Amino acid sequence: MTDKKSAGASMTGASILWECLEREGVRHVFGYPGGAILPAYDALKHSKIHHVLVRHEQGATHMADGYARASGQVGVAVATSGPGATNMVTGIATAMLDSSPMVCITGQVGSKLIGSDAFQETDITGVTLPVTKHNYLVTHASEVARTIREAFYVARSGRPGPVLVDITKDAQQTCCNFDWEAAKPHLPGYRPDLSPDQKEYEQALELIHNAKRPVILAGHGIIISGAMHEVRDFAERAGIPVALTLLGIGAFPAGHPLNLGMMGMHGEAWVNHTIQEADLLLAFGMRFDDRVTGNLKTYASNAKKIHIEIDPAEINKNVKVDVPLVGDLREVLHELLPHVESIDRSGWLDYIDKLKGDSAVRDIQNLPDSGHLYAAHVINDLWRETRDGETVVVTDVGQHQMWEAQYYKHEKPRSLITSGGLGTMGFALPAAIGAKVARPEAEVWVVVGDGGFQMTLCELATIVQEKLKVNIAIINNGYLGMVRQWQEFFYERNYAATPLLNPDFAKLGEAYGIRSMTVTERSQVVPSVRTARKHDGPVLINFQVEQEDTVYPMVAAGASLHDMIRRPSKIVETAEDE
Amino acid sequence: MLNTYVVYVENKPGVLTRVASLFRRRAFNIDSLTVGRTEKPEVSRMTITVDADQDQARRIEANLYKLVNVLLVENITNEPSIVRDLAMIKVAATHEARSHVLELASVFRARVVDVAPESLTIEITGAEDKIDGLLEVLRPYGVLEMVRTGIVAMRRGKSGAAAAAANDEPDVASSGVSYSV
Repeated sequence: MTDKKSAGASMTGASILWECLEREGVRHVFGYPGGAILPAYDALKHSKIHHVLVRHEQGATHMADGYARASGQVGVAVATSGPGATNMVTGIATAMLDSSPMVCITGQVGSKLIGSDAFQETDITGVTLPVTKHNYLVTHASEVARTIREAFYVARSGRPGPVLVDITKDAQQTCCNFDWEAAKPHLPGYRPDLSPDQKEYEQALELIHNAKRPVILAGHGIIISGAMHEVRDFAERAGIPVALTLLGIGAFPAGHPLNLGMMGMHGEAWVNHTIQEADLLLAFGMRFDDRVTGNLKTYASNAKKIHIEIDPAEINKNVKVDVPLVGDLREVLHELLPHVESIDRSGWLDYIDKLKGDSAVRDIQNLPDSGHLYAAHVINDLWRETRDGETVVVTDVGQHQMWEAQYYKHEKPRSLITSGGLGTMGFALPAAIGAKVARPEAEVWVVVGDGGFQMTLCELATIVQEKLKVNIAIINNGYLGMVRQWQEFFYERNYAATPLLNPDFAKLGEAYGIRSMTVTERSQVVPSVRTARKHDGPVLINFQVEQEDTVYPMVAAGASLHDMIRRPSKIVETAEDE
Repeated sequence: MLNTYVVYVENKPGVLTRVASLFRRRAFNIDSLTVGRTEKPEVSRMTITVDADQDQARRIEANLYKLVNVLLVENITNEPSIVRDLAMIKVAATHEARSHVLELASVFRARVVDVAPESLTIEITGAEDKIDGLLEVLRPYGVLEMVRTGIVAMRRGKSGAAAAAANDEPDVASSGVSYSV
């Protein structure tokens, strides 16, 4: 913040943009230049901000998203008008559904050309309206500073989300007076700071103290709010077990005795049974997604429900709740904690333990080594090798994502980054780049399927150009595995358009200058992981796993949560026979 | 049931699109929507009617509040309020029918705003059912053209926005969600 940039200095809109980003604490942006954003790129040379050149604008948005999820800071992506901007849409929608704070800056054609179908003109504020928390079109240099300040404030406050700022070329080029103080956000209708009232707290406490079979449903909101300690205190004091959503993984330590594991469509059987038999659900920063509830008519039908949630529009959206506490989770738990009585619920906990039944026998990680390489082996071995360090695993979407959630035991928040709500294939590789840029000291692993990897593999070049130490584990089964699994269960094994004829991924990695290897046997898994960790640079491992493996248990779409397809236990016998 | 909302929004470009898009995206069906200026130049006012049950009605309110440009939402469905629709109805009126049509218009306290050799144009303001009533009795003569504005509404007595701002104790028992600011 030099003196010349204080109140009243005349600057171009482009220079104001970078100055404001710096003042908002931005140190890295992910972007791709083009005509309408060129004035901004020209002014970048005067900024301390490091620009990561991506290979596709979708990658820039996933990187900004991964950056935000790894650090809790707002991620920033930059693109030009038209196709540059439209390429961002998938990444913006991904961030929207997972409440990830992100600011996207796009160039726009000159303000006098708007509406004329000029070269590379797209109405990107119109296009992104339903997938952004808010968006702006800036047509004057004098509006740049306030808009950027508002964009960051909206993106990071309340329930976070993506904000897009579309800036016309002339607004970047013209000069105006820059006055940071005078450009304070003015958002008279924006209320990110709701809080429950006393009566609601009292109702919640009464339900908690009367419950015999309570369970906490721990969601992403815990991590966003930074309420890990409060949730742990609450669970321990009240003796209440904790079930996690996919995005809640890491919000409560996997090794904690009260941790049950993941709930929902591919949650462990005992977790789903616990929820179905509970008499009180405590939903902490989660939104009762259909992948979590199954059939709503039969969902936890004997349970009272307390919903602590920052977004009032989530209350009673899918599941009708008895007591809503609308506010920041951490603040709400701070209010509740002193009044929570310590209650012995060991009977309930013992009962849940019995629900585990023969799950261990059915568990694929307990299979003897019969020469088959299962994805669960790879992920479990990866966890054992990397568990002591500060590891961030970034997954894509599909079977490997569910196996990761089941077999990698996350103890810390922000150690798993995954696209939950939108389920965006191609997310992992770019999001991992963002995570590594945000936390260079962390060990970053990409766990990705052979399908999703090929959607954004161009970003391998970004890894190399930025000299990033990112390790990539491709779980390669030669299928779009999760779709194949649905075809197996629900479409009479008609594997329409799911087999993949893949390139040699190891050779592909080498072509980018990335050390690469292929693993086909279980005995090679640990050595390959160790090699990757020791290597001073990115490593790609192509794990050729069992082709027609299946994620168990599974609640079919629309089925009741307790109605699970379980792994047939005869698989164990078959394996022993071999 | 039909819910009536009064929504105060920032008077900025694109705000109408944001509101309309919200209803489309969440699959709520707008019955009518009007928008216009208010006593403050920076504020526009919408009257929106939507068919929704009680739970949906609350969620509509919460979702409207999520729009950054929305300043205040009032569901006045069950509040004492004045609701007005305006219609212009062009009726075929031959020499013989003319006096009958004029008589009907006067019974409904409607005004004739245009007279042509073959038609009369009638302007009527009132609650929707009153306009529906006039329309029904005019139909046999031949309605050539009709336009309605959709309803505008205002709470009776104390002024809406000021009252809501002053009354900062939300009724939690009836709403299920507190929107305390």
